Amino acid sequence: MEILKPAVAGTLESSDAQVTVEPGGEGIELSLQSSVMNQYGRQIRQTVLDTLARLEVRDAKITVVDKGALDCTLKARVECAVFRSCGASASGIPWGGAVR
Amino acid sequence: MKNAVGREIPDYLLAGGKEVYQGKNYMDGKYIQKASPRTRRYEKPQESKLVDSIKAALEQCGAKDGMTFSFHHHLRDGDYVVNMVMAAAIEELGLKDLTIAATSLGNAHDPIADYIEQGKVIGIQTSGIRGRMGEVVSAGKLKTPAIIRSHGGRPRAIEAGEVHIDIAFVAAPTSDCVGNCRGIGGKSNCGSMGYAMTDAKYADHVVVVTDCLVDFPNMPASVEAIDVDAVVVVDSIGNPKKIASAAARISQNPRDLMMAEDVARVIASTPYFKDGFSFQTGVGGPSLAANLFLERYMDERNIKMGWAIGGICGPMVELLKKGKVGKVIDVQDFDLDAVNSINQTPGHYEMSASQYANPANKGAFVNKLDFVVLAALEIDTGFNVNVLTGSDGVLRGAPGGHPDTAAGSKVCIIVTPLTRGRMATVCEHVVTVTTPGDCVDVLVTDYGIAVNPLRPDLIECLDKAGIPHVTIESLKEKAYSLVGRPDDLQWEDQVVAVLEARDGTILDVVKKIKPYQG
Repeated sequence: MEILKPAVAGTLESSDAQVTVEPGGEGIELSLQSSVMNQYGRQIRQTVLDTLARLEVRDAKITVVDKGALDCTLKARVECAVFRSCGASASGIPWGGAVR
Repeated sequence: MKNAVGREIPDYLLAGGKEVYQGKNYMDGKYIQKASPRTRRYEKPQESKLVDSIKAALEQCGAKDGMTFSFHHHLRDGDYVVNMVMAAAIEELGLKDLTIAATSLGNAHDPIADYIEQGKVIGIQTSGIRGRMGEVVSAGKLKTPAIIRSHGGRPRAIEAGEVHIDIAFVAAPTSDCVGNCRGIGGKSNCGSMGYAMTDAKYADHVVVVTDCLVDFPNMPASVEAIDVDAVVVVDSIGNPKKIASAAARISQNPRDLMMAEDVARVIASTPYFKDGFSFQTGVGGPSLAANLFLERYMDERNIKMGWAIGGICGPMVELLKKGKVGKVIDVQDFDLDAVNSINQTPGHYEMSASQYANPANKGAFVNKLDFVVLAALEIDTGFNVNVLTGSDGVLRGAPGGHPDTAAGSKVCIIVTPLTRGRMATVCEHVVTVTTPGDCVDVLVTDYGIAVNPLRPDLIECLDKAGIPHVTIESLKEKAYSLVGRPDDLQWEDQVVAVLEARDGTILDVVKKIKPYQG
């Protein structure tokens, strides 16, 4: 998928994450802040990159401010931000396809 | 050298005969030579010991570079005295290389972080360390490793001469002109002054700082004039709103209540739950709520609590007033109901930190305790508990009376949710061991109860009462299945804090944390 415009999903509440995607240059540019960085930073990074790969996002600037979200929450916030960025959040979500 | 809880203690910390933790009651029966202070005679009668300022009091006590100043934490997050004294010593008198030995330190003491960074304060000995001070110490900016002790370990160390206090500062809600102090009757009341008592007896000099001067004699005194060199009157010793909360409320959170109910069930299943039993609980959500459910079991079986100790709050005073507990013995007060009750409600008494929890005296109150209910930041599969370092490895807590009550009590129950946000509370290895697993008996979580295999008698009690329980390993696996398995923290070699067991051996060390490498 192609990131067409900036979009945000999620909040800064405890146990949530706020994900911002913007059109970027070549490749994925990920900036990550987390309240649990020392113990889960590596896993959060991996989850975000895996989710982007599954959605076939190849070029994007993505900012994640994590407040201790579980993996399922992180995935959902990344997916939502990506679909919002290409105007697909009202319809056309590939339930059971890329989103499962 | 590896200690009895599997922690590697660097050899250089064992110079001078310091030992590593060997297990509970290792020091039992040994003799100690108590230290004694070098104090000044005031033979000529004095009308008053009032001096104009903290600076003048410091000068009178011969304050100089390299000294150790002691403080107590009854004013909690409302305390102004630590910052006031250190500012006078460092900014007015230009002193350096100072050590702060406090019964605890908190967010109120953020300004001390600057003195650590400037190298003016080079040593910290405390139970609690939080806020900016926790951050700068964790970042390795304190010249010597901080020494963290429990509330019982501190009077032990003072009596053994391991901490020599040059000047003790007593934050007194009321004092008379010669230094008889009480925790009530003023405008910044804290109730019990139990943690200040040992300091005042063993310090070379004692300075009382008060914001309410009362007529002589201020009786019954918590700290006595016979130990006091000087009295300073200041505008305010603390913010009353942060000293004691209006009233500790019992949690309405259904998860807390469910765990509290399980705690009471476990207690009621043991043979120690009989008329005259003794009890201590923390003021955290589920620990405090356990009072409520315990009262129901007491009514049902028509039994009363003999006595309760600890940091005291309203719900315990309420039980005393209703005649459901015989005596309440109090080292610190958490809310105004408790502050207003000490020495007023019949049966509500004050005690010193040594009387409360010191393992080296001839029998502290904790040694007669049947039950204690405590919280934890983390607990591992060896039942070791951490209440000092956050999951990110930064100092932000306090052992307090946790290790003392756990070691002394017949049944120590830890109550904690299985996870907090993404952090697994039940884990494979706690970041720092503050209470060793051989002192912890039962774990109650929102996902199940686990009993320490060292206590087959308690396992039998639970089985007989039909209380389901699981292994602590299965609780850990459940936690990791929810939040994922955390990566190990990465540390530098520098030791930033030494965690002493209550008996004076080394239980663990905290090292400088390595920032996350993406």
